Amino acid sequence: MSAHVATAHTAHEHHDMGFVRTYVFSTDHKMIARQFLFMGLLMMVLGGLLALIVRWQLAWPETAVPGLGMILKETGGILEPSTYNMAFTMHATIMIFFVIMPILAGAFGNFCIPLMIGARDMAFPTLNMLSFWVTATAGVIMLSGFFVEGGHAAAGWTSYAPLSAVAQYTGVNWGQNLWCISLFVMGVGSMMGSINYITTIINMRAPGMHLFRMPLVVWSLFITAILLLLALPVLTSAVAMLLFDRTLGTSWFAPSGGGEPLLWQHLFWYFGHPEVYILILPAMGIASEILPVFCRKPIFGYHAMAFSMIAIAFLSWIVYGHHMFVSGMSPALGMAFTVTTMIIAVPSAIKTFNWLGTLWGGRLQFKVPMLFALGFVGMFVIGGLSGIFMASTPVDIYIQDTYFIVAHIHYVVFGGSIFGAFAGIYFWFPKMFGRMLNPALGHLHFWGTLIFFNWVFFPMHIIGVGGQMRRIYNPMQYEFLQHQQHWNVFMTYGALLLGLTQILFVINFFWSLFGGRKAPMNPWNSNTLEWTAPSPPPHLNWGAHVPTVYRGPYEYSDPDAREDFLPQTQAPVGAGARRH
Amino acid sequence: MLDWWLPENVSTYGRDIDWLFHLIYAITGVTFILVAAAMIAFLIMYRDRPGRRARYTHGNTTLEIVWTIVPALILVVLTALSAPAWSKIKMTRPPSDFVVDVTAKQFNWQVKHPGSEKVFLDEMHVPVNKVIHVDLKSQDVIHSFFVPQFRIKQDAVPGRSIIAWFEVTKPGKYEWPCAELCGFGHSGMRGWIYVHSAEDYKKWAAENLTAEAKPAEATAAAEPAKPAEQKTGGKAKK
Repeated sequence: MSAHVATAHTAHEHHDMGFVRTYVFSTDHKMIARQFLFMGLLMMVLGGLLALIVRWQLAWPETAVPGLGMILKETGGILEPSTYNMAFTMHATIMIFFVIMPILAGAFGNFCIPLMIGARDMAFPTLNMLSFWVTATAGVIMLSGFFVEGGHAAAGWTSYAPLSAVAQYTGVNWGQNLWCISLFVMGVGSMMGSINYITTIINMRAPGMHLFRMPLVVWSLFITAILLLLALPVLTSAVAMLLFDRTLGTSWFAPSGGGEPLLWQHLFWYFGHPEVYILILPAMGIASEILPVFCRKPIFGYHAMAFSMIAIAFLSWIVYGHHMFVSGMSPALGMAFTVTTMIIAVPSAIKTFNWLGTLWGGRLQFKVPMLFALGFVGMFVIGGLSGIFMASTPVDIYIQDTYFIVAHIHYVVFGGSIFGAFAGIYFWFPKMFGRMLNPALGHLHFWGTLIFFNWVFFPMHIIGVGGQMRRIYNPMQYEFLQHQQHWNVFMTYGALLLGLTQILFVINFFWSLFGGRKAPMNPWNSNTLEWTAPSPPPHLNWGAHVPTVYRGPYEYSDPDAREDFLPQTQAPVGAGARRH
Repeated sequence: MLDWWLPENVSTYGRDIDWLFHLIYAITGVTFILVAAAMIAFLIMYRDRPGRRARYTHGNTTLEIVWTIVPALILVVLTALSAPAWSKIKMTRPPSDFVVDVTAKQFNWQVKHPGSEKVFLDEMHVPVNKVIHVDLKSQDVIHSFFVPQFRIKQDAVPGRSIIAWFEVTKPGKYEWPCAELCGFGHSGMRGWIYVHSAEDYKKWAAENLTAEAKPAEATAAAEPAKPAEQKTGGKAKK
């Protein structure tokens, strides 16, 4: 787009856009990013409350959950086993599909990609708008499942057939159907988004923005989009097949009609394992983006970082069988999946060491985004290491389906993805909304979250090793688990405190949105392109000219530069300029 | 610290699993301590102080190679060490003439002992120090055969018959939960496995598995078994 046209276009848009076009059916990638962010945060409240309900039941089984009496009138707030199954199923479904994916891929994908590669918007703005509204529709369909006869889906977020395929087995009828329909619709929305991301990154980079000058967060979102594009259709097909089994009498997964229960698991995990990386890669990218800024130092091993993400993306397709070691799948295949699973640990290790390398010799500024990024690294290390236990097939026989797995997934998706999401929100909030978040509240939020997170989830390793199965309603029904019940009580106190801590974030978010200090253009003295646009950036992001890129994104503390940062857009002057 | 919580192991291959668990625990524990120590040291040493400038470096190829190859080697060794135990447990099971037929259903284990058609609910009796084969089936949804102290877990899949095995080294009564979500009654779906000495098992079998079993015990076993027998139309049952 020529500069002339762009200016004219900007002026034109300002006249035309009413409330609906600006805030509701907006095609501006930044508004769509905010919409995804609000949707994700709103759903996080629901997902979090469901988690607290689950924790309450595990600590004090079959006692009334405070406040739940209003909804569960017949039982006075006491969970029944079927309600309990619904609560953990929906906790996971909502957190994975309607919190982490919308925030990391939806909000940061939309916000960061055009701004950080120097594009005025996405390649397909209308498709982008549709992508949000289709995803939002999926969210509404998912929520509607709470109100139907028989309750919402209760077969676990993995919805193993035939439990999920035959209504009589759970007593859930339309809940599970709506679960299928919602994920189908969500899959369509996510496909629209990923096509957009890929096209935009390939075609719309600013002059000088070579692939290997792209910020690592853009690399991570690029790879995530490719995984989304290839993995989500497998899920959409699988849930469609499941829905047909439930409603049209087909028999893909139920053996009574010649179906194969393991087919569901193969399809689900063929999607499900890349999905895990879809959830964690953007958080890795965000951490890689934030660490150099607050270390005032180039990222350690930029190419190693990019290539390890590419390696993860390839390997993520051939590790999924490690979810099925005790499923009845051929044990020879199990051995093969052990090998690939061990291999995929290597790029994760490379990334961790490079983050440490970035800290080494830096000038570390412990601002709130930095704290969350460091928290991400620490928690990801624990989540990564606990994964090694599962990769070893014989050990997995014992720990499969125990709380050890629950601990592991929460260290990865909460300690990893959610810490990464918080880091990103504290980092880009000034650019997104033009206001600074309050740092004091931010520090409190960080320390509370870090401490209570470990308080809740670390002991899960212990009770998992003790044998506590996941998805059980009442651990006290088992004699071999009774001696460790005090841990369940302990963890629930932590969970309640963790929940309370998040109120600090909500207050900070909304108070700063309207009353926060006005954000300067580049509050963190960062190099990347988004900080050369006003805060918040106007429609089409930059005025007359899109920026031109002269160097990589992490040129901090270059001895030849006067400042300790060297923006990607700053033209080299004279002979002293260095090329990277 | 974590391993203190492992329940007592009473099975032959449980030793292999526990040994691997401890090995991985040691490796990951040491790695964690080293990484955490380095991280905390860096956070203190390199905190922002006036007048200092960060080191301007883009990385180090030698280091990259080292921290690619060292973890890779450790993981290769771990894979190699895991293979024999896996092969022993799941691939080359020792032969046995003692086959227990277990058909899971919502929300019970239905057990038939060798040489008897009598169905026991949530109760299995086996002799100690003998390889036991379990012919595992399900008549409705997926369940999972889990005995924490035997270190065994195997899903029961409808439409399939899967042979799992174990050999217990210590007589006793062991809890036998279902480990795969199988519906609203999943929690509390559990049985007990009684491991007897060889003579005690013979005695128990003579008293309980033959037609002229004592009336009192026969009713105890037959009473709950009734609903199971009514469902003989279930595809998984022979």
